[in-house]
Amino acid sequence: MTASNKSNIVLDVSGVNKSFGGLRALTNVNLQVEEGKVHAIIGPNGAGKSTLLNVCIGRIRPDNGHVVFNGETLDSHQPHEINQLGVSRVFQTPEIFADLNLLENVMIPAFAKRDGAFTFNAIRAVSAEKELREEAEEILHDVGLYERRTHLAGSLSRGDKRRLELGMCLIQKPKLLLLDEPTAGMARHDTNMTIELLKRIKARGMTKVIIEHDMHVVFSLADKISVLAQGTVIAEGLPEEVRGNPRVKEAYLGEAH
Amino acid sequence: MFGNLSRNDWVLFLGFSAVVLLAPILFQPIGAAYPAILQKFCIFGLFAIGFNILFGLTGYLSFGHAAFLGVGSYAAVWSFKLFTMNVIPAMIMSVAFAGIFAFVIGFVSLRRSGIYFSILTLAFAQMSYNMAYSVLTPLTNGETGLQLSLKDPRIIDAMFITPGAGLPRSNIFGIEVSGGGMPGFYFTAVMLIIGFYLSMRIFRSPFGLMLKAIKSNQNRMRYTGFNTRPYLMAAFVISGLYAGLAGSLMASVDPLAGAERMQWTASGEVVLMTILGGVGTLVGPVIGAAVIKYFENIFSAFNENALNNIFSFIPDAVREPIVKLLSLFVGEGWSLTLGLVFMAIVIFLPGGIMEGVRLLTSLFKKGGNGNKPAVSGHTQPAE
Repeated sequence: MTASNKSNIVLDVSGVNKSFGGLRALTNVNLQVEEGKVHAIIGPNGAGKSTLLNVCIGRIRPDNGHVVFNGETLDSHQPHEINQLGVSRVFQTPEIFADLNLLENVMIPAFAKRDGAFTFNAIRAVSAEKELREEAEEILHDVGLYERRTHLAGSLSRGDKRRLELGMCLIQKPKLLLLDEPTAGMARHDTNMTIELLKRIKARGMTKVIIEHDMHVVFSLADKISVLAQGTVIAEGLPEEVRGNPRVKEAYLGEAH
Repeated sequence: MFGNLSRNDWVLFLGFSAVVLLAPILFQPIGAAYPAILQKFCIFGLFAIGFNILFGLTGYLSFGHAAFLGVGSYAAVWSFKLFTMNVIPAMIMSVAFAGIFAFVIGFVSLRRSGIYFSILTLAFAQMSYNMAYSVLTPLTNGETGLQLSLKDPRIIDAMFITPGAGLPRSNIFGIEVSGGGMPGFYFTAVMLIIGFYLSMRIFRSPFGLMLKAIKSNQNRMRYTGFNTRPYLMAAFVISGLYAGLAGSLMASVDPLAGAERMQWTASGEVVLMTILGGVGTLVGPVIGAAVIKYFENIFSAFNENALNNIFSFIPDAVREPIVKLLSLFVGEGWSLTLGLVFMAIVIFLPGGIMEGVRLLTSLFKKGGNGNKPAVSGHTQPAE
């Protein structure tokens, strides 16, 4: 509707402000994410990156400004409604179902995708859902956890939990995938594996916003980079442009002192 | 309708049904083969199964489920008084009223979670209890309790049967349910088996899986696209329906209803049963209910005289202090024993009796090597 003149913008954050008490976490943040692109958000600690993602999924309401997703303004949407519109998120600390096994962990989001926000389905057995099960097994193959599909999710290492959570998001085939430091706490080998996985999904045309500290990950994936410092976007552009930007260097070096 | 259960589940279901139906023979050696106690096992088992659908699957601990049990009892007795002594309409009325009650209480209580949820349910149950004693006396007959009387209209029965001299007995199409006979037990047993089957279906269904997921991580459920409130409401109402059904069975085998059924101690008892047996397991709550009711029966029958008889071989001087000490734990003091046993279970065996059984079987199977990685769901053993 509102975005008809720029229809390739999937996520449009405009003029978002957010304060926690006296602390200004976000100041007039604008962000446009194009369809099918990987948009990285980088910046020093405390720059407001995670807050920005929280605003996008309805976990935090902005003080003013708007978030528009696919032409729909997300001002009063509940988190589950935002997900049903096609936004999935990988959290900084993995949010998984620790008491359930991996297969169930991945099947549950598939149920949400197929049956909507609430369905009283107490007649069929879960074991009779062959299609969803096969889909979930395929995803577990993709993230490299198939062999452990009957293990409890709580028994996984931190890096494996992240990959599981990524699988839980991928099975929903979201229009927009938000990744909050998807490789933090992973060994180099696992990081490379995750990069490969994300590249493969990129080929399928899924739009992604990724927060990352690891520049190796950022520069191997991102089409566009926004740099956030002290709650505002200080630079934006293609990876090579951002790499040479003096303000970005200052923001990162300033953090070291 | 009857498909979709795994072979393990069928074995479990048939085994469960067999044990319940053969209880009058199987429980002979432990002296619990008479209808009055067997009926209690079934009724409280059903109550605990329903409670476990809420507490075991979603982790929401309600301290007010006795309110639904009480509502079910009153509704059933009113059905006996106004319409007919047949138990089928009584059960329908109980379940309907308990369902409405559960919907209202759930609607308010489920706005909060954790301890606040528990306290809200407790407050509602105490409110119902006090109202039954005060403003609702015309409906509940206050302290005397709601009873049958010869002057009751019983309009449906009056059309077909000429009333006998004494108070009529509840029946299911002519077969007597009240009066303490075996048919009364088989009636409650069949209801327990039906209740168990439905709970098994819920445990294995996508709905059940969602409830387990809410218990595990409600935040993740929200960001995964689920509206968790209606799931919790459904679980709360279903467990309320079970409680209402249990209440109507109580009234069916003994047609009177009193407000003490709604007291917080009754709500606490079903929590104990579920935890003692094993929270979130299928048969655990039934076992917990049977164990508590059985030992309550035994322990509360003891008194100081009985203890003196047992220890009569010990000289008086030594016997007296022993008997004094032990008598604290029997008779009226049975709840003290229950409390101690409960503490021991929660500290040493948090998974209840079912966890104990699992530990023992894994010891036997692997000769002491029970450290295999935990698995759940599709490979779950019959429990």
